[in-house]
Amino acid sequence: MTAETPRIALTVERLSIRFGGLTAVENMSFSVHEGEVVSLIGPNGAGKTSAFNAITGYLPAAAGDIAYRGKRLNGLKPNRIAELGVVRTFQKTSVFAGQTVIDNILIGLHLRSRQYPTAILLRFPFVAREEKELLEEAHEILRFVGINAPAAELASSLPYGELRLLEVAVALAARPTLLLLDEPVSGMNPTETANFMKTLTRIRARDITVLLVEHDMKIVMGVSDRVVCLNQGRIIAAGAPLEIQRDPDVIRAYLGERYARAQD
Amino acid sequence: MRRLATIAGLAFLFSIPLWLGNFYLLHVCIITGIFIIAAMSLNLLLGYTGQLSLGQAAFFGIGAYVSSLASLGFEVHLLPDWLVTVDPKPVWFGMACAVVVTGLCGWAIGRIAFKVRGAYFVIVTISFAEVVRLVALNWDELTQGPMALNNIPPLSLVIPGLLDITFIGKVANYYLVLVFAILSYGIIARLVRSRAGRAMIALKENEALAASVGIDVTKYLVLATVMSAAIAGAAGALYAHYVRIVDPNVFLFIYTVTMVIMVVAGGKGTLAGPVVGGVIFGLLPEGLRSLAIAPEVQWIVYGILMILVVYLLPQGIVPALRPFLQHRRHLDAQKQPPADIPASEAMS
Ligand SMILES: Nc1ncnc2c1ncn2[C@@H]1O[C@H](COP(=O)(O)OP(=O)(O)OP(=O)(O)O)[C@@H](O)[C@H]1O
Ligand SMILES: [Mg+2]
Repeated sequence: MTAETPRIALTVERLSIRFGGLTAVENMSFSVHEGEVVSLIGPNGAGKTSAFNAITGYLPAAAGDIAYRGKRLNGLKPNRIAELGVVRTFQKTSVFAGQTVIDNILIGLHLRSRQYPTAILLRFPFVAREEKELLEEAHEILRFVGINAPAAELASSLPYGELRLLEVAVALAARPTLLLLDEPVSGMNPTETANFMKTLTRIRARDITVLLVEHDMKIVMGVSDRVVCLNQGRIIAAGAPLEIQRDPDVIRAYLGERYARAQD
Repeated sequence: MRRLATIAGLAFLFSIPLWLGNFYLLHVCIITGIFIIAAMSLNLLLGYTGQLSLGQAAFFGIGAYVSSLASLGFEVHLLPDWLVTVDPKPVWFGMACAVVVTGLCGWAIGRIAFKVRGAYFVIVTISFAEVVRLVALNWDELTQGPMALNNIPPLSLVIPGLLDITFIGKVANYYLVLVFAILSYGIIARLVRSRAGRAMIALKENEALAASVGIDVTKYLVLATVMSAAIAGAAGALYAHYVRIVDPNVFLFIYTVTMVIMVVAGGKGTLAGPVVGGVIFGLLPEGLRSLAIAPEVQWIVYGILMILVVYLLPQGIVPALRPFLQHRRHLDAQKQPPADIPASEAMS
């Protein structure tokens, strides 16, 4: 531990999320420091995706506060939250399926681009220049996440592993300072998963703070600085990966259930 | 290669009045051209934002009425004892008014529809078209109702000492429509190949994902409705000053349907789609008529052809032809920047 206190990036305070009568998240509080990788774990239905949705403006919070770098996120639309640097991926595969790989990333570069309608219609010289830069940056992002498919391939025809990488590429194109990844390696084979862990390390080296939802414990334990464990909408433990691994509540609620299932 | 094809195509279009030698066929070309402009405007919404506007004829009709009324002048009681009199204005000014007013209508529709997508967007636009049609039909004092607006002046451009053209007659109107069509095509092409167009496509493809990367989808939907409505309004104004009579039938649903057929058959979401679909389905009725078959049979053939196109080429004609023509975007995408940057440094 260094003497200087790490700066807090994201704070979630007493967050509750409800669907009608069902409480998906109850009184959840945690924070993420700048540059950290924090994992949010918990069994199916624990409320991880719901928490992501509330943080990124896709779901209203029934109670509680969410703030990023001192700015309150409650009530902001997803696109406003993205402008503040908070960008998420989706648990269910989500790309612009009818577009090419490179066009997917070009769409993701929306916030990076400065063209406005008048400039576009009157073809101001900077528009063409910027288009060229955007195309180059898109290719750079493609290489950065390690997508091997041709840039001109339709997203819908990508193999599953590459599709998952493309989602991360699109999110990175929006230049996040806080990246929320919802089960990014689910459906990847072991090689792809191992490669993705390397990509995650490189993302981190870019000073991007990461909040990760993941069921794969090897990844969670391998990349996280801290782990927050949810069960039935409540935080039951939070701390360093090794502590969490040994926490009896966690073992019972999460690992226990999984291992029990694996034993059958 | 591509540029050559464009020049050849334009040269062909500009040469048509020189060799066609048949005024009736030229008239068909003009009307088809006007419909192609309207279809292009519909394509901006349907093909790029994915929202089906079934009120496109309303924008077209409003453009026709606004431009006609401004150039004819009118008197109307806004309150029982408040008479507003507008003197006749130059036609170019009326056309500009048409573009502005329809653009504003598009803005309003876009705002109203800010949360409604898909089927609800369709309903909002249909309702809008029906309301406008009823207004045109019943507000006799302004629109003459079913009596129609007659003697609409043709467009004339006068710059003292420099220019004095009146767009009367078929040849002049053909060129006028052609220039407007090229202009509209250019505007739409610039728009869709830019950040704005990508945002519209993102809305069509995956709205949640679009928002997650910071795209204000409502803003771009409104931009699309404004541009689409304004272009449709310009087409309506061209129509009014060419046929020189406008009645509430311009709002008929069948016109919107015709535009939809042109866009869907040609290929929605492609720049050339509405042009190709427009040429085929605009000229087809005349082609069938010239074969001198009974009108009922003509419409049956029209219908069967439409079903065949949609059934065999669900994406439309242009996307079906694309594999045979090398497509520019494809080449763009494959043009890789120098590959000697190590991946780890690529984003710094
Ligand atoms: N849109 C919704 N409407 C109603 N209930 C929902 C909705 N979304 C989630 N839920 C419920 O909220 C609870 C939390 O779901 P959530 O998707 O957040 O869990 P999760 O931790 O992401 O689970 P998983 O690991 O399966 O992805 C579950 O009981 C789920 O059924
Ligand atoms: Mg989930």
